[in-house]
Amino acid sequence: MGEDRVWDSLKRDTDERMRKAAPLVKEGKIVAAKDTVALLEAVIRPHDKVNLEGNNQKQADFLAECLCKVDPSKVYGLHMVQSVLALPSHLDVFEKGIAKKVDYSFSGPQAGRLAQFVREGKIELGAIHTYLELFARYFADLTPRVALIVAYEADKEGNLYTGFNTEDTPVIVEATKFRQGIVIAQVNKIVDKLPRVDIPADWVDFVIEAPKPFYIEPLFTRDPALITDTHVLMGMMALKGIYGEYEVQRLNHGVGFFTAAIELLLPTYGEELGLKGKICSYWALNPHPTMIPAIESGWVKAIHCFGGELGMEEYVKARSDVFFIGPDGTLRSNRAFSQTAGHYAMDMFIGGTLQFDKYGNSSTATANRIAGFGGAPNMGCDPKGRRHVTGSWLKCGSEFGMQEQMLGNMPRGKKLVVQMQETFKEKLEPAFLEELDAWKLMKNANLELPPVMIYADDLTHIVTEEGIAYIHKCRTLEERMAAVRAVAGFTAIGLQADEKENAELREKGIVKTPEDLGIDITRANRSLLAAKSIKELVEWSGGLYNPPARFRNW
Amino acid sequence: MALNELKFEYKNEKSVSIKKEWSHLGVVGSGDMEVLMEKKDLGGAVQVKVVTPVTGFDKVWNLVLEKFIKSSNLGNVSIEINDNNATPVVVSMRLRQALAEANKVNGGEE
Repeated sequence: MGEDRVWDSLKRDTDERMRKAAPLVKEGKIVAAKDTVALLEAVIRPHDKVNLEGNNQKQADFLAECLCKVDPSKVYGLHMVQSVLALPSHLDVFEKGIAKKVDYSFSGPQAGRLAQFVREGKIELGAIHTYLELFARYFADLTPRVALIVAYEADKEGNLYTGFNTEDTPVIVEATKFRQGIVIAQVNKIVDKLPRVDIPADWVDFVIEAPKPFYIEPLFTRDPALITDTHVLMGMMALKGIYGEYEVQRLNHGVGFFTAAIELLLPTYGEELGLKGKICSYWALNPHPTMIPAIESGWVKAIHCFGGELGMEEYVKARSDVFFIGPDGTLRSNRAFSQTAGHYAMDMFIGGTLQFDKYGNSSTATANRIAGFGGAPNMGCDPKGRRHVTGSWLKCGSEFGMQEQMLGNMPRGKKLVVQMQETFKEKLEPAFLEELDAWKLMKNANLELPPVMIYADDLTHIVTEEGIAYIHKCRTLEERMAAVRAVAGFTAIGLQADEKENAELREKGIVKTPEDLGIDITRANRSLLAAKSIKELVEWSGGLYNPPARFRNW
Repeated sequence: MALNELKFEYKNEKSVSIKKEWSHLGVVGSGDMEVLMEKKDLGGAVQVKVVTPVTGFDKVWNLVLEKFIKSSNLGNVSIEINDNNATPVVVSMRLRQALAEANKVNGGEE
């Protein structure tokens, strides 16, 4: 039977591409930067699935620019599979007709332009994923034929050092190389000996020393000077009413100012509440500079990082008991593993959002920007495959008001999924709405579903300045909606709240105001923060934290 | 920046005034506001004057102030608010903080 059939067409095709590229190789696996466009034209074929490495931190920016320069009559119709659409070049490649379709995860700065391209038919949008979901599909129906990746250093055999910013590289290379694909790496420097090998040479086909170091965004640096008294108040509520109440030991924080405030309240208000050692020991988290005071005060046992954070290199290196460090002494981040930890090994996800609807669904989507998801929904959900038990998981599960209707008398735990937002954002935009803007975006961008960051059935707690709604305790949808209204303040949703109903919810412990929690609101003041500026973070770190220039204002 | 002046008056059944003769709290920074409270014989009423650059939120101001004055049972107080785009959240919090400040005597609580 199988005699006529070719069973190694992928390998044969790869060999042919490699032969075409061979004349461009100088020594070992090295290709000169000036030959990069020719290399891409040699190894990429029309309609290939191509991965362009980049996430919310490091970027293969030189390879992205070179991909825009290939001849669109030779290379066209590419299907890009990549974590983020962040650089202008990530969309230019569609404008030029080189790429046609995209499957991705997050598109912060390019979100508006992406929506416009989708409307104009310049981009065919496959799906918007969480990071882990997209990585998973690299091993199923979205395996890259060619991956354009980024590392700090390479040797001439093609071993790579990705170090502090390892991030997505291992998962991309694993999927591509072991399905006969081609891996091209841009590096800052080609050296004789690497500090350590993060990606072995066998898995890399070409290395290029880029004309300038790759771009990194310090996305997780929050200046304590911008934390407000309201952030402090909500942080106090969360610490007392959630962290302390459930004794949450393993968690992930979002990127906003609410959780930055909490990080800076641990050594002060957290200490005062006697929570040290009882909460916040294990984290899936980037090296947030605002964690420095808590780490220095002995709160943290371990942090596994998705990626690096500019300026934190030396601090992390000097705290090897806390971070995951290689034999060379520097951090090894890994987004796929950290997202896995965030999904399965954390008892709580807590972060900010932009909008809630009356049911408690929340989203950061606005009508004209396709921002995507990043990692939040992967961590901000109740992992249905979880089977191991912790105290906070069991407690939250035992309070779940709709459990009996679903499972009868069967006990089960529940992850804490907490969203924080002030009832009114800047410019007096309400955070609680009848309908999320995600519905408008669905129409504008021709999506099949409104892009929801966290669904109401995964959400357990809403924290606003009005109080905490423990919505998982509710027994009916009607009761859940009443709990949402109770913390929605003076928004149109909040104004529908009924005083008697609110009193009942407080009686049942489904809603707790600052007073119910025994929090003195007059203490909600920035003076409670362990550090009030970037400069104070540097001082806490003993000078090890080296903030990027834009955060240095002293 | 054109400023609007809003005036409100509220009355509680059995009200209490503040302990200090007058009190001040807050700064008119962006997204924030200052509150001046003054003890004044107003026949039990509370008069509030708001100076704000924001238009179209008179109803929300009224709701926020009404809720605060009802829950705090204030009377015989004149309140002046100089606002610079504070959200209702910040307004509620500053009012509660201002009241606590106005009831401090000789630096001590209550």
